[in-house]
Amino acid sequence: MNTPGSARNKPEGGVDRLISLPFSKSLEISFKSLKVRFFRSLITISSLMLAVSFLSFVLINLDIATGLLKHGGREAARALLQAGYDVNLADGSVAMSAKERWIVILSLLVCTVGIINAQLMSVTERFSEIGVMKCLGALDSMILRLFMLEAAMQGLIGATAGAILGCFFSLLSGAARFGFTSWGDLSWLSALGSIGIATLAGCLLSLIGVLYPALLAAKMEPINAMRSEH
Amino acid sequence: MTEEKRTIVRVVGVTKVFKMGKVALQALKGVDLEVHAGEYLSIMGPSGSGKSTLFNMIGGLDKPTEGKVFIDEVDISQLDAYELAWLRNRKIGYIFQTFNLIPVMTALENVTLPMTFAGMNNDDARDKGVELLKLVGLGDRFQHKPLELSGGQQQRVAVARSLANDPSIVLADEPTGNLDLSTGEEIIALLQMLSQERGVTIISATHDYKMLNVSDRVVWVRDGLVDRIEKREELDITVGGIGEKLAGTRHEEERA
Repeated sequence: MNTPGSARNKPEGGVDRLISLPFSKSLEISFKSLKVRFFRSLITISSLMLAVSFLSFVLINLDIATGLLKHGGREAARALLQAGYDVNLADGSVAMSAKERWIVILSLLVCTVGIINAQLMSVTERFSEIGVMKCLGALDSMILRLFMLEAAMQGLIGATAGAILGCFFSLLSGAARFGFTSWGDLSWLSALGSIGIATLAGCLLSLIGVLYPALLAAKMEPINAMRSEH
Repeated sequence: MTEEKRTIVRVVGVTKVFKMGKVALQALKGVDLEVHAGEYLSIMGPSGSGKSTLFNMIGGLDKPTEGKVFIDEVDISQLDAYELAWLRNRKIGYIFQTFNLIPVMTALENVTLPMTFAGMNNDDARDKGVELLKLVGLGDRFQHKPLELSGGQQQRVAVARSLANDPSIVLADEPTGNLDLSTGEEIIALLQMLSQERGVTIISATHDYKMLNVSDRVVWVRDGLVDRIEKREELDITVGGIGEKLAGTRHEEERA
């Protein structure tokens, strides 16, 4: 099968032959698709939100611990060790314990599988819609773009909400365990960085999760898409 | 009827073999057919006759195993994915049995989507969309979503959408199959009006005998071959025969 890109350099007919979908229009279509399937998207978003909030929670816990260590010295180090952190006194850094690292990775993996599953269902549900789009002249790349945009929006919403939620709970638990001084010791810049990392990771996961379902949708022959009702 | 007719679709020696597991099923066994510009052609035949397969070939939705299909003198088996998309966008308008409007879009957006694909700007597309919806008798309901419209109204939107880019042919796959009797007749009347007043070439695959009266020619497909092609004049004479054909078809379906 030819990719749309390889045909684009065919000269005959020139500009007249171009099939296009402006970016703003694709954005509008994907946004509407999300809105219509609000509940379904909410489930996908919330699974992403949970995973990202856990990531953000762990990262900001580390930021809090680092802050405590920097300002509290040996006494803080002992408290942190007791709380289960890997403390490296030599360069004054705190690391995740190996167990914690694995749990974070696992939670992100499970979340990705969940997203793939949800997006596959969403593609199956929209077989005939995709088929119609193709009959109207949509290119593979357009279908791909629509699904990727949807996933990006879901990712952005879920990941941002998750990161903020994780930060919030991390601050609460920090205050509960080490007192409110932990907030003063915390470097807000690094906390902001952690939120950023968590958000980015969430968006990335969402895009990775939609890649296979979206490719499946884009490669589908319109005849197969239409056949489901015959 | 004697004036020179331009051929818009030419089907030459088309065969199609489907592989279903280990069994090869020959759906079409060598079909030749010519469709003239501006005519209203119905393809009739019992289910399993190869009617749908032939129809999909003409629509560029399926490629023949052997033989050639030309649309506007372009051999569609030679086209790559990009050119095929262009063909579907500009040269062919589709009308489906199940309407198949895009549920998240309003009637107007459904009609303008092919125009957007074709690169028309928003204002022009909107004007043309409204004009087409007025043409099919839905001028006041263009902001409604498909689910807020009745079956007949949805099919009208689909008819308007099929005309979006002034296609060379409009393909209607059982356009009345999901409609009740009177709504079906309205859609048929609409298609007839388009054919007569706008000179749109309409090809429809159908079981619906109401369609016979408005068709310029009827192609009867049986067992993967064109059984016979009848002109409307001949049909009028053999009106009594249609009932027999219907009965014959029924018998065959029962046996199958």
